[in-house]
Amino acid sequence: MRAWRDPVALLAVPAVAYLLLLYALPLAWLLMKSMIGPAGLTLQPYLDFFVDPFNWRVVWNTLSVAFWVTLVCLLVGYPAAFALARAGAALQIAMLVAIILPLSVGVVVKAFAWQIVLRRDGVVSQVLVALQVWDEPQRLLFTEAGLVLGAANIFLPFMILPIYSVVKLIDPRLLEAGATLGAAPLYRFFNILLPLTLPGVVSGVAFVFSMSVSMYVIPSLLIGDRFQTLSTLTGRSFLFMRNEQLGSTTAVILLTLAVSVVVASGWLARRLGERT
Amino acid sequence: MMPIEHLARALMWIAAIFTVVFLMTPLFVTVAVSFGSSSVFTLPPPDWSVRWYERLAVSRGLWPSLLTSVQVAAFSTAVALALGTLCAIALVRGRFRGRDAIATFLISPLMLPGLVVGIAMLQGFKVAGLREAYTSLLFAHVIITLPYVVRTVLAALSLFDFSLIDAARTLGCSYLVAILRVLVPALGPAFLTSGMFAFLASMDNYPISIFFTDAWTKTLPIQMLQYVEENPDPTIAAISSGLVVLAILALVIGDRLVGLRKLADF
Repeated sequence: MRAWRDPVALLAVPAVAYLLLLYALPLAWLLMKSMIGPAGLTLQPYLDFFVDPFNWRVVWNTLSVAFWVTLVCLLVGYPAAFALARAGAALQIAMLVAIILPLSVGVVVKAFAWQIVLRRDGVVSQVLVALQVWDEPQRLLFTEAGLVLGAANIFLPFMILPIYSVVKLIDPRLLEAGATLGAAPLYRFFNILLPLTLPGVVSGVAFVFSMSVSMYVIPSLLIGDRFQTLSTLTGRSFLFMRNEQLGSTTAVILLTLAVSVVVASGWLARRLGERT
Repeated sequence: MMPIEHLARALMWIAAIFTVVFLMTPLFVTVAVSFGSSSVFTLPPPDWSVRWYERLAVSRGLWPSLLTSVQVAAFSTAVALALGTLCAIALVRGRFRGRDAIATFLISPLMLPGLVVGIAMLQGFKVAGLREAYTSLLFAHVIITLPYVVRTVLAALSLFDFSLIDAARTLGCSYLVAILRVLVPALGPAFLTSGMFAFLASMDNYPISIFFTDAWTKTLPIQMLQYVEENPDPTIAAISSGLVVLAILALVIGDRLVGLRKLADF
């Protein structure tokens, strides 16, 4: 049946029209404007952008921070998701609260707290000195390590929750069956658990990576102007430098990155879904 | 059990404990600093005091921005609930092509960089002749709140058994009464939780709001970040603690309405 023949479809019109007009159209306009020069269609702004070695540095900064944040989140989040699925009632509630509560606290609040945590006399420095990892207190604020730690903290729930959502569906008897049939623990992990949890891992990695690529408040507060990412450069060129041409170019590159992560992860998730 | 299984098990519990401590750290630090007497964020605080709350009470920048944020969040959540629910009904009940695509489209603002969406809207609004910061904020924030409503109400509606409405009508209810007495109560928890989280998302938004502020109209996160950059003192920790309390309240209500585990569904 065609859309216009089904009267129920009309109920979707206000929301879709609103989004088309105030969101999709402006995005398309931004995309178009960034590619239209005085002499018609052109990729010149992008060529100019990638000629400058400083801009390569910016792209590298963006991707490498996103990579490290994603890696930290995965290393902590993967076992944590299993613990969340297997924990007893008390620990499970504690974990759920610790995961969900920070999600409703604003990013400015959390990034500000990390400014305090990462100081020379901050909590991280105190703990590491107490554990004798460090000989003397050090400042992590305004360093790349501090940025990765703070961002990983803020995005960790988006890694744990998708993995948890697949782990809780795994039948524990599968592993027992594997053990009964003589599979060694490592074999069972790589051939039973890992394939079953991959769809969760893919969506967790996609969430955390794309959020790390586009984060703006966190680097502004935790590392400052000396370390530019695509996102902070976009914000600065609109808000402070009034260089809309550069801002539109970086905005479109950022958008392309984010969309490709979403599309690639969607494709991967479908492939994994077909296989199982 | 073999040693490697012990190792895996130990790793899992260490990760669990670490996660709880790690994730709660910023919230604890915020609250601790807000009740400390030190103005340079010394932890543990040398002494306890409520001086930052007293300073917050007389702050001239933060209260107007809190009011702006609450107004914008309330308006945009209300609009999103109306538009989002109608759309969710169409997507669940309708028999037309492209329903999945429409659902993805409506949730997509959550997945794109906020900064880019903000810049696009800024330029779009300019072309449309809309220059007033407050009105722009109201329009822009619906884009932030709508995905939350669509996602949750859509999930709740697809679990709802619509034959219950037919049953109510057979028993003599009019269509409107059947909807009001059967559908609305069944969707109540979804409305409340999605509205609550949409409201909080709007209150917290920075990357879109930043393009729609001027000297008189600032939302709370914008004003807070400006405050942190200009004169960092624990007054910000005091208002942050207020926001943490708000988040705890939302969590308790969400737990009562749908349960913690349901809130963790992704």
